[in-house]
Amino acid sequence: MNLVTVSGPPSVGKTSVILKTISSLKNRGLKVGVVKFDCLFTDDDVLYEKAGVMVQKGLSGGLCPDHYFVSNIEEVTQWGLENKFDILISESAGLCNRCSPYIKGIKAVCVIDNLSGIGTPKKIGPMLKSADIVIITKGDIVSQAEREVFASRVHSVNPAATILHVNGLTGQGSFELSTLLFDKNENITTLKGKTLRFSMPAALCSYCLGETRIGESYQMGNVRKIDLGKKEI
Amino acid sequence: MAVLTELDLRHEKINTILTRYPFAETFLTNNGIDVANSRDNSMDDYFKSLDAEHIEDHAIDPEHLLNQFDQFINQMLSFLGEDSKVVESITILPGHDKSGKTENFTEFIIRKNEIVSIVGPTGSGKSRLLGDIEWAAQKDTPTGRSILINEKIPDKKWRYSSSEKLVAQLSQNMNFVMDMSVFEFLELHAESRMVTDSKTIIKRIIEEANNLAGEMFDPDTPITALSGGQSRALMIADTAILSKSPIILIDEIENAGIDRKRALKLLLSEEKIVLIATHDPVLALMGNRRIVIKNGGIIKVIETTEEEKEILTEIEKLDRKVNVMREKLRNGEKLTS
Repeated sequence: MNLVTVSGPPSVGKTSVILKTISSLKNRGLKVGVVKFDCLFTDDDVLYEKAGVMVQKGLSGGLCPDHYFVSNIEEVTQWGLENKFDILISESAGLCNRCSPYIKGIKAVCVIDNLSGIGTPKKIGPMLKSADIVIITKGDIVSQAEREVFASRVHSVNPAATILHVNGLTGQGSFELSTLLFDKNENITTLKGKTLRFSMPAALCSYCLGETRIGESYQMGNVRKIDLGKKEI
Repeated sequence: MAVLTELDLRHEKINTILTRYPFAETFLTNNGIDVANSRDNSMDDYFKSLDAEHIEDHAIDPEHLLNQFDQFINQMLSFLGEDSKVVESITILPGHDKSGKTENFTEFIIRKNEIVSIVGPTGSGKSRLLGDIEWAAQKDTPTGRSILINEKIPDKKWRYSSSEKLVAQLSQNMNFVMDMSVFEFLELHAESRMVTDSKTIIKRIIEEANNLAGEMFDPDTPITALSGGQSRALMIADTAILSKSPIILIDEIENAGIDRKRALKLLLSEEKIVLIATHDPVLALMGNRRIVIKNGGIIKVIETTEEEKEILTEIEKLDRKVNVMREKLRNGEKLTS
């Protein structure tokens, strides 16, 4: 089984892109399963089920979603193997724009959209910079020039990636994406021993442990203060 | 790290790297690497000078970054060094429709400076045809078609390069979403295309766009404040002059506020291949030929006849008449004298 991790900021069209791509994969006779990671709520699993795709969902709730992802991805992989998928796709939202729950040796796809502004590629961390494939969506509603500028910005922060334009509504480009996802030489049986491509942000402070009160005396652990540029008089 | 670049990016002075490859600055800036104070040092020194917290906060991975830097420089060098071979023609070789029936033609060649219309109901497979061309299909798409460029099997770069795409698109649904003036916007586009003489080119684009739109706008207008016609005109002029893609797909361009005949002439004068997906007779008849698509396959190719061209002349007259009326309404005049 191949594992592919797909991530990207909320509402860029990850689910639509994956659904359209799955239909191309199915046409090739491949069996595909999906695991959807989210924070508080998702009904994307219903969309997958409607499309006849086996799906699991994991909600991280009060935990950091990416920490939750990495703590569960091996179990999910085993679920995929039990169900004899050819490809298991994990879908997760990158919420802090820094994280990349990408794993070394596992294909990583980042989805971003043309509407997010040309400064965006610069703002997104390893999620974009260390992806193998970058999918740019919503190209049908912005001008050709903006598409070109956006793609060149993406290229400048991640020159190694294959950049594709996919329209999540019509599916234009999803067939092309599907040809890049499956490789019979990339079959895995476990993720044990593999490592993340990049470490996750550290956070362990009183608020992680349930503190709700505001004020310096309640803040303990890994706390950092904003630099407001106050100069001493 | 595979060192392909002539310079040793790890140990060479940053200043030397930037002098040799001026475009390298874009890479560093976009990756949040501020080398303003370390130009006399090497990248290696720079990484060593960062404290662990900075590296962690900015998610910097020196090895990964050097690797990417190397790739970026090499890709830019090959991009700039390319004598951008002109696409003289594209050839479509038949595949099959949705029910597996072989398409009814032997080969279809479109040469540069030519307009071809594509007609067929929604869902008939127009997008897939475009997809096949853009992906330079080699019997490896659902239609089984093949695409040749300059009558040869195309280079793989057309599939994967972000800077060189075969097809540029213009459609009625497209909008400008960036918050900047016309000039800044064009400057940004020119910069991303590594154009050297951007001032002259920008001036030309604005002139051409104004010719197409009728309503003049100036370079300081925010792009989001342009009227529908002006936006369309700017998109066309910009795509014609600045986009590197040899094929332009036009997906229904409304008549309002833009001289479509002139727009097509502009595209052709820039040696483009123009494909128009439309059912508007004025646009469809501007093509020398039209491809008819049904059930996912090309069922026939119709040459635009002399009689049809005559009809076009008539419709164009009507078109102009309507446009004059529109202008009158805009200016608060009455349509009857």
